[in-house]
Amino acid sequence: MKKLLSVFCAAALAITALAGCGSEKTGNKVEDGATTIKIGLSYELTGSVATYGQSSVDGVKMAIDEVNAAGGINGKTIELVEYDTKSDEAEATTLGKRLMGEDKVLAILGPATSGAFKAEIPDANSYKVPVISGSATSNDVTVVNGKVQEYAFRICFSDSFQGEAMAKYAAQTLGAKTAVIYKDSSSDYALGLAEGFAAAFADEGGSILKEESYTSNDKDFNAVLTSIKDLNADVIYVPGYYQQAGLIIKQAREQGIDVPILGADGFDSPDLLGLAGAENLNNVFFTNHYSSLDQDPVVQDFIAAFEERYGREPDAFNALGYDEAKFLCDALSRCESLDSVSLQKALCETKDFPAVTGTLSVDENHDAVKSIVVIELKDGEQYKSEKVG
Amino acid sequence: MKISGKTLGQSAAFRKLVGALVIYAVIQILLATGLLSDYYFATIVTIGINVILAVSLNLITGFTGQFSLGHAGFMSIGAYFCAFITLRVEGIPGFLLGILVGGCAAALVGVLVGLPTLRLRGDYLAIATLGMAEIIRIIFQNIKITNGAAGLSNLPQYVNWPWLFLFIAAVVALTVNFLHSSPGRACIAIREDEIAAEAMGINTTRYKVTAFIIGAFCAGVAGALYATYFPRIKPDTFGFMKSVDILVIVVFGGLGSITGSILGAIVLGLISMFLSSYTELRMVLYALLLVIIMIFRPQGLMGSRELSLALMKRAGDHLMGLFRKKEKEGRV
Repeated sequence: MKKLLSVFCAAALAITALAGCGSEKTGNKVEDGATTIKIGLSYELTGSVATYGQSSVDGVKMAIDEVNAAGGINGKTIELVEYDTKSDEAEATTLGKRLMGEDKVLAILGPATSGAFKAEIPDANSYKVPVISGSATSNDVTVVNGKVQEYAFRICFSDSFQGEAMAKYAAQTLGAKTAVIYKDSSSDYALGLAEGFAAAFADEGGSILKEESYTSNDKDFNAVLTSIKDLNADVIYVPGYYQQAGLIIKQAREQGIDVPILGADGFDSPDLLGLAGAENLNNVFFTNHYSSLDQDPVVQDFIAAFEERYGREPDAFNALGYDEAKFLCDALSRCESLDSVSLQKALCETKDFPAVTGTLSVDENHDAVKSIVVIELKDGEQYKSEKVG
Repeated sequence: MKISGKTLGQSAAFRKLVGALVIYAVIQILLATGLLSDYYFATIVTIGINVILAVSLNLITGFTGQFSLGHAGFMSIGAYFCAFITLRVEGIPGFLLGILVGGCAAALVGVLVGLPTLRLRGDYLAIATLGMAEIIRIIFQNIKITNGAAGLSNLPQYVNWPWLFLFIAAVVALTVNFLHSSPGRACIAIREDEIAAEAMGINTTRYKVTAFIIGAFCAGVAGALYATYFPRIKPDTFGFMKSVDILVIVVFGGLGSITGSILGAIVLGLISMFLSSYTELRMVLYALLLVIIMIFRPQGLMGSRELSLALMKRAGDHLMGLFRKKEKEGRV
């Protein structure tokens, strides 16, 4: 028995030593003779941010069906392998490994949120499989410590870029000299926006009179709004989501604050109207990925097709999901050979791709260079949209 | 060689060691030959971390009878402290130091929280521990060094199967040995009847806190393993639902059964893995399976018994007996 024990121990140790020699991965490719190209879809379909995931997936599926109906890529149809991350980041990592290692997909679309997308990137780099997100807007997604994440791409602008665009619009178009920032301190997204806005507004020669903050559970903003009113700033920037922004706008207007209130894509929800009331939604501006007012045929065709398919108006996540899938198909059609390494090259070379959310090019940091839309609300309706940046 | 009158081959400890080594070797061979891919290993890591969490919570809830809902809080302390270290000290020394610091930090918080709250009983303790976990989460969400709500990204990854196995084995051995020691027996006495235990001269607060600290330490280690396998941590990962998930594993496996907790974590991990292809229906099916299993086995998979060779043999004999009876009836 003693002998058996030592044999076991020796065997176990020997195997442990062997485990050290892993091999470098060379990426996935479409096998010869295969009629489909496998693309992974890893999205938040259940859990706390399920609406973002579901909206994106609706857009992706519509785009893929259009491409397949038009004959696919080089005669091959695209096959989606779909998983749910449960809005859990560990699950995003695990499913990323599954899609890249087991299902051998050529690329992964999603997840929608920055954190879950970041959880997938280290494996994307080691498996050499591109991952694309339509809505991971956090500042440090594609570049970490000054190093570009080789296999990570996104087709949206970053939070601070969006803040900068709003600051420029406020200073140049609205002629603002002073501003107050009232931000959601519990959200990373809002902090990124506030940072970008403050820096760019100062560059334009304006001054930030004060930065106030709230948290995502707040309902009553009157006390802070009173102190903001006394400052008499030209504009008020409210980076955050519509749940609080709606109430802030309502309470500010009721206090008689009538200066422009500025926001970002977090304002883009039908619920904003319900929370603030149509009579209060005047002189409100926010940056967004696209506007349904845009008369560009790419946008209008998308809106018409989406309404026909789903019976409702598309939101920004629908448009971004649609765009990321089209962006991927465009790169696939330019690939030298159908493998994930050449796909990565093709994605890097994307130039002036006509997307619904604006013509986009990929820069050296794997970020999208694209225009941003500023939307003005009048009586709760989108009244005017202007492309900037 | 003889241990307490038996030969080495017959001793229970030896058999457990061999059993553990066989499991280790089988999985190691499967991983080394590539039969188990990274994806399956990720599932194994999730299961392994859940095993540590469930065994340590079982020590507090199943064996000492203290209903705690704050296990994810200890896990998050382990994860964050470990991440601070591994982001600054590179290599295996950083990894091991991170795990140690993570576990100790969680244990320290265990003392601070345990001393006042363990004087409470039942529901009150559950609420107090729940509050503690929420406070920890909100602190991590609001201080600069943890990067707030966004959490920490690009953590270095060290966990492989040998390390994971080592830590699981260490935690299980620690817990089992503690339960067989005099303080461990005192804990079980407290679970059975706190007033009677006190009357017998057991310092109940002291032993409850001891069990709580060991449980917190192990949860800290589990959190540290999480932060050295998965590249990202954020405060929301360790929310209330994580504590509930761990409690579900413990109750599902059987309160007061170490092997039950291990089996529970494995079974629930596998169910979750097999259901992941069913996207939207997944959580519904998972919950439905839990309800069905709890209806048919309200005491959990193992009740308060331990899975052992003797038990398996008895179950086998029982089945064989049934089979023979059927066979006889068939002949008649």
